[in-house]
Amino acid sequence: MTTSTAVATEQYNYDIVKKFAIMALVWGVLGMTAGVWIASELAWPFLNFDVAEITFGRLRPVHTTLVIFGFGGSALFATSYYIVQRTCQARLWGGKWLPEFTFWGWQVGVGGGVLLYMLGFTQGREYAEFIWQLDLAIAVVWVTYTLIFVMTLLNRSQPHIYVANWFFIAFLLVIALLHIFNNLAVPVAWNSLESYSLFSGVQDAMTQWWYGHNAVGFFLTAAFLGMMYYFVPKQAGRPVYSYRLSIVHFWALSFLYMWAGTHHLHWTAIPDWTSTLAATFSILLLLPSWGGMINGIMTLSGAWDKLRTDPIMLFMITSLSFYGMSTFEGPLMSLKSVNALSHYTDWTVGHVHSGALGWVAMITFGSFYHLIPRLWGAKGMYSTSMIYTHFWLATIGIVLYIAALWVAGIGQGLMLRAFDEYGNLAYTFIETVTFMHLPYAVRAIGGMFFVAGILVMVYNVYMTIASTKRGVAVHVAGQAAVAR
Amino acid sequence: MKHESIEINAGLLIILTLVVVSIGGLVEIVPLFHIKDTVEEVKGVRPYTPLEQRGRDLYIREGCYACHSQMIRPFRDEMLRYGHYSLAAESKYDHPFQWASKRTGPDIARLGGKYSDEWHTQHLIRPQNVVPESIMPPYPWLLKNELAYGDIENRMKALKMTGVPYSLSEDEYQANVAEHGKEMADKLHIPNARATLEAEANGRNLDGDKSRITEMDAMVAYLQALGTMVDFKQYEQGYFANFR
Repeated sequence: MTTSTAVATEQYNYDIVKKFAIMALVWGVLGMTAGVWIASELAWPFLNFDVAEITFGRLRPVHTTLVIFGFGGSALFATSYYIVQRTCQARLWGGKWLPEFTFWGWQVGVGGGVLLYMLGFTQGREYAEFIWQLDLAIAVVWVTYTLIFVMTLLNRSQPHIYVANWFFIAFLLVIALLHIFNNLAVPVAWNSLESYSLFSGVQDAMTQWWYGHNAVGFFLTAAFLGMMYYFVPKQAGRPVYSYRLSIVHFWALSFLYMWAGTHHLHWTAIPDWTSTLAATFSILLLLPSWGGMINGIMTLSGAWDKLRTDPIMLFMITSLSFYGMSTFEGPLMSLKSVNALSHYTDWTVGHVHSGALGWVAMITFGSFYHLIPRLWGAKGMYSTSMIYTHFWLATIGIVLYIAALWVAGIGQGLMLRAFDEYGNLAYTFIETVTFMHLPYAVRAIGGMFFVAGILVMVYNVYMTIASTKRGVAVHVAGQAAVAR
Repeated sequence: MKHESIEINAGLLIILTLVVVSIGGLVEIVPLFHIKDTVEEVKGVRPYTPLEQRGRDLYIREGCYACHSQMIRPFRDEMLRYGHYSLAAESKYDHPFQWASKRTGPDIARLGGKYSDEWHTQHLIRPQNVVPESIMPPYPWLLKNELAYGDIENRMKALKMTGVPYSLSEDEYQANVAEHGKEMADKLHIPNARATLEAEANGRNLDGDKSRITEMDAMVAYLQALGTMVDFKQYEQGYFANFR
């Protein structure tokens, strides 16, 4: 990996990486803004404005789809296409047009999907709301993506497959599997946008949460770990802390995650044995999760001073810390007794966001600050102080968000199960709704901080790219010159 | 075998990864289709009538599952607040299931029969009219929009393909008569679908205008059916625990 950047742009397909990186930021801004909007609707319901297209129920999947598949998905396309080329020292397979097809297919899928939700076309499956035609199109895009990735891997010019690529492989295979089986459906007619799921009730619930949880496990975790395993060592200028640990991490994570989905269905009409299995494996998951976190954080051992001087490193280490926190909280919430309180409440929503904002978004921001200057041939980001500003806006936002939803979720859970001295329910449901107003307001404000942060980043990225075009000298952020 | 040999062989890496990730799902999902006790033996659970099913479609269109669960858990507080805990059998004709995962509003698995049709209509037009502190969005368009039901036969046929026992043939119809009685079997007969839907909607006549069948008619019909199909008085306490 000693090739200079100038040659690299010809040797590698950076054009496709740039496109996906830009779209990740575009969807990120839109999706997080949608998130702030629906969070505000819960605090101040007049914001629904009696307009069908923007009511909470229709906008919520718009938010989740834009941030998971738009922002997260595009970021993964960008970084996986970059990493597989760099670590294999091979140009992306598929010529110009196959990668281009995955780009347009993905963007049209995400954009079309969310517009259709607003118009009322949805499968009504959480995180799999896309209508059946888009599901088919996405399956084709995904297979193409997998093919491009694997073929590039086979064209590698060195024998060894770098650990980041293992995680991307697991991600590609599992998402294909989940997507296909969870979206099995019978269309109302060949020209209808609507369909009915093939499975019903218990079996449908099991399939959906096998999908839902492993979308978290492989889309939002394994793939972003792939990102982490490349960009953290690069930015730190040091090799991965323990190669052995990364092997254990990979196989244990891949095996254990697939059992854990049913913890979303504790105490429901699902048979108890599936629930117990899921709880057991959720606890076991703590081990590989923390193994990965330790591996990432300890990569910086011997160079801790970088945390004082390099805001990009700050993003990465903070993201790993949030990864560790949410993978501790997750097994805790998968215990049946804890879940009895936490399930159906905002505690779950807070937990998801400590992972999604703290881990997924933060590792993406850190990786992008490393990646963007290299893609466009700048010496570094336009402004280092803006990276710091982004970091603090994001961190404050996350802390407000999570803390508010701990209060809302645990508070509501306790109120709903409280009894008075005569053994009657102590609170009506609507009393818990009133109680949640303040935490909901704080949560919305936390979200605003986070959006403000990504807007600062967008400006910084824009100025970085613009300055390379104008040939203006730019500041060097962090350790941008390392290891190239 | 050294791990090194996997690290240099992409094909091996892919195959081993596929094996490792398949086990959990296979062990947890496949048995659910085969173990008989997974879904309780219980009388009364029937497919939705055409009007109720259209209401359910609208429920999904509006994303109600983002805030309302349809799954009562076996806890004292939930049984006091919502009623008997939900059975697997009660959602066996739900394509897709709508148990949901968040209660920003209350669980509605047993909403049916708790309030009048008029209450539901007022509540959906503007929830704050009946529950001042509510943060639920208003759905006034349900009363304005005429219900589209031109494709109701196609919908029922699609559901039939997934396993919902709507009837097309005489044999299937007779099976429903035996199971649910003639009146209900007529409603579940696909060739009757439009007439059934119109009759049911006009019987409720929520908007005071018999010439119009609105989305409100369908939505309220669905909400009023929720959780009403099983008569729990017929079963001894503890019977359903045998299936868990």
